Amino acid sequence: MRHGKYPFIIGFLAVPVALYVTFVVAAYIQTFQLAFTNWSGLGAIEYIGFDNFVKLWNDDLFWRSVGHNLYLLILLPIITIAIALVFAFLLNVGGGRNRGVWGSTGYRVIFFFPQLMALAIVAVIFGRVFSTDESGMLNGLFPDSWSPWLFLADERWALTCILAVAVWQAVGFYVVLFSAGMGSIEQDIYEAAELDGANRITLFFRITIPLLWNTLQVAWVYLGIAAFDCFALINIMSVDRGGPDGATSVLAMLIYRNAFEYSQAGYASALGVALFFLTLTFAALTLRVTRRDAV
Amino acid sequence: MTTETLATAVPDKKTTVRREINALTGLAHLALLAWAIATAGPLIWVMLASFKSNTEIFLGKPFALPQTFSLDTYFRAWTEAHIGLYFLNSIFVVTISTACTMLLGAMAAYVLARYQFRGNRFLYYLFVSGLAFPTFMAITPLFFILKNLGLINTFTGLILVYISYSLPFTVFFLAAFFKSLPHEIDEAATMDGASHTRKFFQIMMPMAKSGLISITIFNIVGQWNQYLLPVAIMQGAGADSKWVLTQGIANISVQAGYHAEWSTLFAALTLSIIPMIAVYALFQRQIQAGLTAGAVK
Repeated sequence: MRHGKYPFIIGFLAVPVALYVTFVVAAYIQTFQLAFTNWSGLGAIEYIGFDNFVKLWNDDLFWRSVGHNLYLLILLPIITIAIALVFAFLLNVGGGRNRGVWGSTGYRVIFFFPQLMALAIVAVIFGRVFSTDESGMLNGLFPDSWSPWLFLADERWALTCILAVAVWQAVGFYVVLFSAGMGSIEQDIYEAAELDGANRITLFFRITIPLLWNTLQVAWVYLGIAAFDCFALINIMSVDRGGPDGATSVLAMLIYRNAFEYSQAGYASALGVALFFLTLTFAALTLRVTRRDAV
Repeated sequence: MTTETLATAVPDKKTTVRREINALTGLAHLALLAWAIATAGPLIWVMLASFKSNTEIFLGKPFALPQTFSLDTYFRAWTEAHIGLYFLNSIFVVTISTACTMLLGAMAAYVLARYQFRGNRFLYYLFVSGLAFPTFMAITPLFFILKNLGLINTFTGLILVYISYSLPFTVFFLAAFFKSLPHEIDEAATMDGASHTRKFFQIMMPMAKSGLISITIFNIVGQWNQYLLPVAIMQGAGADSKWVLTQGIANISVQAGYHAEWSTLFAALTLSIIPMIAVYALFQRQIQAGLTAGAVK
């Protein structure tokens, strides 16, 4: 029965492991290695110790980018989860007698669609929606007497526009996810609570949210990861890619430009390491803060 | 039965609850409708604008119907802006890479889930740890690894990278799935003298069908929508003939910006959205299940 077990195991694992080690594991390890060099991408590699990290520490744009990342990291999950929870609740329980409102399937189908679209295509569409002249959807909808809004070209609002698009795309997915979670909550629990005189608001906060806690935690982590990578949105939508004047610059954008435009492979890798530690901190904090006993 | 109990126990409560529900239902519809419009609005606007001339786009109201429904802009999007080429490139790359991801991922997941050997745990965690790192972190070295292998600006390179970066989630999910399959059938097949390979292809794969479908959809959508990897890999001389859809659209948008000529862009966008809507309409349930599968696990 054991006949041929090892050749089989090796045969099945060889190709996937080889690919994974070559393109993923090796790349991650080299990031840490290159972070300590001043390599431009060509020629000899020279180790320079912690110079890249000193440079990074003193780099204004780096700190602003981290700030923008944190802004997205906090607001994207909070806003998306809040909207999605309310909609999922309305779709599942809003129609009275704990049933969904009329047409809830239709709403769910429409809400979910943006999730299927590539972020890059969403970015191109909203680049036009937010256009600063009359050809843009929003400026076109505004009364003619208004002077056009600048949206992405306005330093103060550019990042908020990016955030709005990220929320627009994400909400539907979480509505569906939370709906699935709510569907698995026993109706008896709601009925019992209603008998005790609980109203809808109480039901929502005392029953739905605690019972959905695990799903909420997953949603938070997913959205946090999405917030770290708004590259497609910012690269395509923002003025001057990360602008105006660095107002939408994030770590991903900095890494890309250093690696492929400024020939600073070493510095780009140091930024990658910084991104890694930020992600790790985020994951550890999330697990710590959201940990609580299973209901 | 529940309503009866309610009625007898708390008659006053019932009417207030009813009123509250009606008000809430009204508000609920309003909020849901508003979001549905906000979701569909930009897409409808894009489709309407794709038939309009540049002047109409600038002077007319955003949701006004186009004066004529001419397919000129579509013709230009297809020939001059090469949207058809980008589309076919995307289909080519995603078909091969998803098929290979599923085959290789299922093979690795199966062996890791159901065979005991030295290094099993190590390899499993090596794959799963890939889930914890942002792809962005590796993008710089990845470019040079591909360059050294002569794979920059090749479909082969892009496909191999898609497969590699899809493996962590695929292996993670499918390993859990293969673990949950019953052992009896497996043992019976072994008794009957089926080889390990045959058992995998003829017994295990069919049994794991539902899991395989979910992850296939997940990978197709993920790879179809990929932007960072193609942008980083498909660069250099003559790269524009190998661009995938996301990259192509982004570039058409930049080009349209130079000439302030938007109708071709809107036609290109429409052409790339319509197939998604068609596929979504057909497989809506499976797609929702596939994409949320990872989060439910």
